[in-house]
This record gives sequence, structure tokens and C-alpha cells, in this order.
Amino acid sequence: MKLDPAIRDQVLATVPSLRAFAISLSGNADRADDLVQETLLRALAHIDSFEPGTNMPAWLFTILRNLFRSEYRKRRREVEDAEGRYAEMLKSNPEQPGRVEFAEFRAALAKLPPDQREALILVGASGFSYEDAASICGCAVGTIKSRVNRARTRLADLLSIDSVDDFGPDRATRAVLAGGGRS
Amino acid sequence: MGRPIASRKTEVRLGREVQARIGQQLRAMYDEVVKEGVPPHIAELVRRLNEQDDG
Repeated sequence: MKLDPAIRDQVLATVPSLRAFAISLSGNADRADDLVQETLLRALAHIDSFEPGTNMPAWLFTILRNLFRSEYRKRRREVEDAEGRYAEMLKSNPEQPGRVEFAEFRAALAKLPPDQREALILVGASGFSYEDAASICGCAVGTIKSRVNRARTRLADLLSIDSVDDFGPDRATRAVLAGGGRS
Repeated sequence: MGRPIASRKTEVRLGREVQARIGQQLRAMYDEVVKEGVPPHIAELVRRLNEQDDG
């Protein structure tokens, strides 16, 4: 399978972002590495089905996303284990604020349903348009938009629980509001 | 559902700041990996697949 050098370069140029997508999706560097390698094996075995001039990143992301989704169904148990490890990491590194913040974010991300997580990452981090994200996930543009919105709301909910005290001046107001519902 | 209305109002007020942080953290987490580039074993995999005969 001799690749057109231009095609090979496009594949290699997509690898860094593809890895970031895999790690963000799976929350696990080893699994992400397997996903990327499997994606490249499949992609290069079926390179004839890629139309030159079309969107190489979207094509590779679609393959990786589908691999992840079919694995996710098989390995749901391991995903739950990964969430447990985040929780442990949070407990064991309280002296490193930056890391804790990052770990906290990853843990929150891991709690999202997979369809919301992938939509948020594709649009919010990978920089795909809603249209490309919809084609990668095989759904309607409107569905992607609503998944991204729900993901943001849910993350805000998960993260603001612990960050609410950062908004010092609002505490008194909150107390008033919280007590204000009755009478 | 089941949440006091007052706490929802508070969430709306905190919302924008929290949303900005979410966007920043998401991109920071992602870009940290992107910056690592192509790991040698992946470059090697592509090179080997490219040389393989598919006969």
C-alpha cells in the first residue's frame, strides 16, 4: 500500500489532534494510544475510500469515534473504573492545585454521557464546525447543537458545586436567595 | 426538577464565568496533547504500513 505522499502527510498532520480527541474521549492514555493505532490501521487499509480533496481530519475522526463507540459498549465496566481512578487522583494530590483543577475537569468530563462528551470536544476543542461534527457523529446538526449545550450546562453544574466559594461577594446574595423561596 | 428556584437563579448568574472556564480548560487539556506532536511509534507505524505490500 504505497500512499500518495500528500495523503500520508495529511494523515500525519491529523495525528496530534486525533490523539487529543482519543484521550479526551476515553480519559485514558493507553486506551487512546490503542484507538489511534487501530484508527490508522483501518484508515490506511481503506485509504481508497478517502476522496482526495475532502476533509481528512473529519474522515479520521469518524473512524476513531466509531471505534470508540463500539468499544465503549463492550467495555463500559472499564470506563467506570477510569472514573474511579480520577476520584482517587483527586484525593491523593490535594497539594497540587493546578493538577487537581485539571483532574477535576477530566472527572467531570468523564461523567457526561458519551454523545454529549464527543460533541463538546469536537466543537469546543477540536474546532470542527457543527456541520462537520454532525457528520462525524452521524446525526443532525441540531442534535449536535443541543448535545453541546447540554454538555456545557452539565459541566457547569458539576464544576460550579466546588467553585461557588470562589465567587465570594455572591455568598450573601446566595444565602438570601436560598432562604427567599419561602414566605 | 426538585431544585429550589433560587439556586437556579444563582446558577444563571455564575453561568457565564463558569462557561468561560469550561472552554479554557477544555482547550488547555486538548492542546497539551496536540503540542506533543506525532509520537515516534506512531510515525513508525505509518512508515511501516506505507511500505507494506498488500498482495
